[in-house]
Amino acid sequence: MCGIAGLFIKSSRLRPELGALLSDMTSALCSRGPDSAGFALYTTSEPGRVKLTLTSVNGRRDFQTLGEILSRSLGAPILTTHRYTHSVFTVPEEEVAQCRAWIVENAQDIRVLSEGSNLEIYKEVGYPDDVARKFDIRSISGTHGIAHTRMATESAVTTTGAHPFSTGPDQCLVHNGSLSNHASLRRELRQDGIVPETENDTEVAAGYITRELRRGRALGDALKSSVNDLDGFFTFVVGTKNGFGVLRDPIACKPAVMAETDDYVAFASEYRSLTGLPGVANARVFEPKPATPYFWEH
Amino acid sequence: MTALEKTWGYIPPRQSATFDAHSIAEIRRAAATGIYDIRGGGTKRKVPHFDDLLFLGASMSRYPLEGYRERCETSVVLGTRYAKKPLHLAIPVTIAGMSFGALSAQAKEALGRGASLAGTSTTTGDGGMTPEERGQSKALVYQYLPSRYGMNPDDLRKADAIEIVVGQGAKPGGGGMLLGQKISDRVAQMRSLPKGIDQRSACRHPDWTGADDLEIKILELRELTGWEKPIYLKIGASRPYYDVALAVKAGADVVVLDGMQGGTAATQDVFIEHVGIPILSAIRNAVQSLQDLGMHRKVQLVVSGGIRSGADVAKALALGADAVGIGTAALIALGDNDPRYEDEYRALGTTAGCYDDWQEGKDPAGITTQDPALSARLDPVLAGRRLANYLKVITLEAQTIARACGKSRLHNLEPEDLVALTIEAAAMTRLPLAGTSWIPGQ
Amino acid sequence: MDLSALSLRELNARLQALKVPTNETFWRVQNPNGAHAVAVGIDAPIDVEVAGHVGYFCGGMNKCARIVIHGNAGQGVGENMMSGLIHVKGDASQSAGATGHGGLLLIDGNAGARCGISMKGVDIVVKGDIGHLSAFMAQTGRLVAFGDAGDALGDSIYEAHIYVRGKVEGLGADCIEKELRDEHRAELFALIEQAGEAHKIDVSEFRRYGSARKLYNFNIDNAGAY
Repeated sequence: MCGIAGLFIKSSRLRPELGALLSDMTSALCSRGPDSAGFALYTTSEPGRVKLTLTSVNGRRDFQTLGEILSRSLGAPILTTHRYTHSVFTVPEEEVAQCRAWIVENAQDIRVLSEGSNLEIYKEVGYPDDVARKFDIRSISGTHGIAHTRMATESAVTTTGAHPFSTGPDQCLVHNGSLSNHASLRRELRQDGIVPETENDTEVAAGYITRELRRGRALGDALKSSVNDLDGFFTFVVGTKNGFGVLRDPIACKPAVMAETDDYVAFASEYRSLTGLPGVANARVFEPKPATPYFWEH
Repeated sequence: MTALEKTWGYIPPRQSATFDAHSIAEIRRAAATGIYDIRGGGTKRKVPHFDDLLFLGASMSRYPLEGYRERCETSVVLGTRYAKKPLHLAIPVTIAGMSFGALSAQAKEALGRGASLAGTSTTTGDGGMTPEERGQSKALVYQYLPSRYGMNPDDLRKADAIEIVVGQGAKPGGGGMLLGQKISDRVAQMRSLPKGIDQRSACRHPDWTGADDLEIKILELRELTGWEKPIYLKIGASRPYYDVALAVKAGADVVVLDGMQGGTAATQDVFIEHVGIPILSAIRNAVQSLQDLGMHRKVQLVVSGGIRSGADVAKALALGADAVGIGTAALIALGDNDPRYEDEYRALGTTAGCYDDWQEGKDPAGITTQDPALSARLDPVLAGRRLANYLKVITLEAQTIARACGKSRLHNLEPEDLVALTIEAAAMTRLPLAGTSWIPGQ
Repeated sequence: MDLSALSLRELNARLQALKVPTNETFWRVQNPNGAHAVAVGIDAPIDVEVAGHVGYFCGGMNKCARIVIHGNAGQGVGENMMSGLIHVKGDASQSAGATGHGGLLLIDGNAGARCGISMKGVDIVVKGDIGHLSAFMAQTGRLVAFGDAGDALGDSIYEAHIYVRGKVEGLGADCIEKELRDEHRAELFALIEQAGEAHKIDVSEFRRYGSARKLYNFNIDNAGAY
C-alpha cells in the first residue's frame, strides 16, 4: 500500500532539478505511505567506477573511517560521500566483488542498497517529507529517478524494508499493491542464486526482474512475463541505467497516472503529485493500460 | 449367523475416519445436484473458543466487589479518534450487521427495538436501510459495502456511525450471494435488481482497493457527513495484526474484527468451515497491533464471532476488546431455531437448533425469510423485548465476573485475570496454562 | 472559492449547506490541484465549475447539482451519484460513476477501467474510449461510449444497457451483443442529445450490448463463467 512517483527527464536543462522535482512529487503522496520513504536517483557516473549505496542496520555509522579502512584493505582508492544514514562508496569497477565480500565479512551491520554506475538509493523509516529533507534529496541532480512512500502491509517497517529495492546493477523497482505468491517465488529465486534480504513482497518482484534480465531478456520482456508469473495486485515502476518502465497487473486496481511533455515523462499514483511539474498543464496526461509494459529510454 | 461369526463373533463394519458419513453425504449431494452446499450461519465444527479460558476470581490476594450492590460500569464510547459525535453505548454488546433481505423487515425492526431497549447499537447490512429499522434504532450503524445496494447520501446522514465492510469472519476474502428465492419485490426494489434472480455482492469495493486508497475513501465519507460520524472498518479475522494496523493507518475510528464462527446469510459451506481463524486466536494479535501503534483504546476494537454469554463478553474484553458484536445469538434470542416449530423444521429435513438453510427463505421462525406469511409470525415488539432481556442478562453475567475479579468497570478486566485450559488456547491468547506460568512459545 | 486558500472542509461545508431555494446558484472552485473529495454530497440544484484537475471521488453522491470539471478527474468521479449532472471536460480515471443511482455523468475524454461498475440507474456518456471491465456487474442505467471499449465489457451485467460506437476488445461473462431496435435508437438519441451532440453522431453507428441472463440463477453448466 503505497504512493509512487517517477520522473524521467528528457531535456538536460531540467537535470539539476531532478531531486527537487521528485521531492515535491513525493510530498503529495505522504498520506499514501506514512511509514517510510525512499528515492532511487540516476546521477552522474565516472568511467571505470561503480557506486555502492550503503547503510547500517544499527543506524548511524562512521562511514568515513569505514571507507578509509576498506580503502587500505583493498589497496584501492574509494571515494565516499555521506547523506544522513547512508553513504555512497565509489569503487573501481574491478574491485566491486572484493569490496562487497569484504563488507560481508568485516562489517556485518552494513547493507548494500544499490550497486551501479549511476544509481544511488536513499531510503529510511519516517514521514516521507522528513526523509526527503534529512537526505537533502532536493540537492541531487540526475537523469531520472523513482520515489516511494510506504504503508507497510505484512513486512516490517525498517530501513531495508523500505522501497526502492535494487537486486541488480543499476536496477531498481518500486511497487504499489500486494503480491499473493511471493513466498513461493522467493524460494524459487533462492534456488536461482538470488537471495532476497527482507520479507518484503516487492523485493521478490525486483529479484524476479533481475533474474529475467540475467537470463538475457530485455526489460520489456521481463515485465511482460511478470504478468503471468507474479500473482496479486501491483503497479510497478522500474529503473535501469538508461531507462524507466511502468507495468500494472491485468486487473489494475492500483492507481497510476502519467504526464508526458517534451521535457519529461512523469509517473505518479495520484494526479496531485504531478501538479508542481513545469508545464504540466499542457502535458499529455494519461493512465497506463493494464498488463501493458511502458518503457522510456535515453 | 455365518461360519466366520460363529468362530470370531460379530465384526462391525468399519467407517473411514477420513470418509466419514458427512463427507460421503457431501460427495453424493455434489454429484447429484451439481452445486456446492450453500448455507447460513457460522462454522459448525469445533474450534478453540472462549470456553478454553477461565477467570481468576478474587480470593486472598485481591478483593471482590459485592454483586448487585457495588457499581460495575458497563458503558463504552466508540469512535473517539476523529468523529465529532462518537457513539455512547450503555453496554459493550452491539448488534452486528445483518441485511434486510437476509432477514425480514420484522426481524430488522425487532433487532432495533431490542438494542435500543438495552442501550446499544444495531447495524444495517447489505441491502440498505429500512425505515422500520431506522425508526426503532436509537443508535444505528450503517454498513458501507462493496455492492452499495440501496446506498444513498440521505441514509448515510441518518446513520449514527458508518461501517465500511471489507470482510466478515464467515468468509474473509469473499463476497455475498442472496439467492433468488429471497428476492421479494421490496428487496429487489431496494437493490435496483430484477425480482427472483441471484444477487451477487462483490468481494472488493468498486472504487477503491487497498488501505492507501481507503484513506481517501474515508476522507470522502467524512466530508459527506461533516466529520460527525464514527467510521468503523469491519474485517474478517485472518491476518489481524497487519489488517488492524492498516485499518488504523487508513484512518478508521473503530475496528470490527469478526472471527470464523461469525454467521452469514448465505455462503458456501467450504468457505464457512475452511477460511478465516477463530476469534479466540485473533484478539491478542489485533490488540498487539493497536498497542504497537500506540492506539489501543484510542481506536476501539469490537470483536465478534461466536459470542454467546456474559462469560464470552468478559473474556473478549479482558483480552483487550472494547466491545463485542453479536449476530447469531441475537437471532436465537428473537426466536431463531425455536423448538416450538419442530414439526416444520422436520419437514425441511432438519431439526430445531440445526436449521441453517437461511438462504432458502423458508424459515419457520419468520426471521431469515421474505415470505409474508412466515415473516408475520415474528412480533417485532415481543421479539425485541426478548432480545433486550438477553442483552441485559449477558451484561449482568459479565458484571458478575468482573466484580468477582475486583473490577468496578468491565473494561478494567485484563489478560492477567485469565488463564488457559488448553495448550492451544494458551498459545493463541498468550495466556499461561492454568496452574502454571507457562505460555507456549514464550 | 480558492482551494489554495480554503480548506476542503470549508469548501464542502458551504456547498452542502445550500438548500432549495437558494440564490447562490453559481460556484467556482479554483486551484483544485488534484484534491480528493471535491464537491461531494451536494443536495441543491446549483452550478459548480471546477477549474482544473481533481483527485478521487469528485462529486461523490451528488444530488441535483451540475458540476463541471475543467480538467481530468481521478478515481471514482461521481461515485454513487443520485441525480444532477457531472461533466468532466478531460479524462476520467477508473471506476467513473461507480454504483451511480441516477443523473448523467458526461466525460468528454476517455474513461479508465471499470467505468460504470455496479451502476444502478445512472447514465454515463463517454465521448472517448472506456477501459477494461466497464459496466462490470452493471444493474440498471445506460453506458454510452463514442470510442472503443476495453476487454471484458459488461462482465456479469444485469439489466443495464451498453452502447459502443467503436470496437470492443472483448465481452465479459454473460454479456452479448443485442439487436439495436428503434426504441434503443430513440434512447441513444436522447442521451446523445443530453450530451450536447445531437445530430452530430449517427445513432446507427452504435452497437448494443446487454445481459444474456444466463448467470441470473446458478447453474453448474455455466461454472466456467465464474
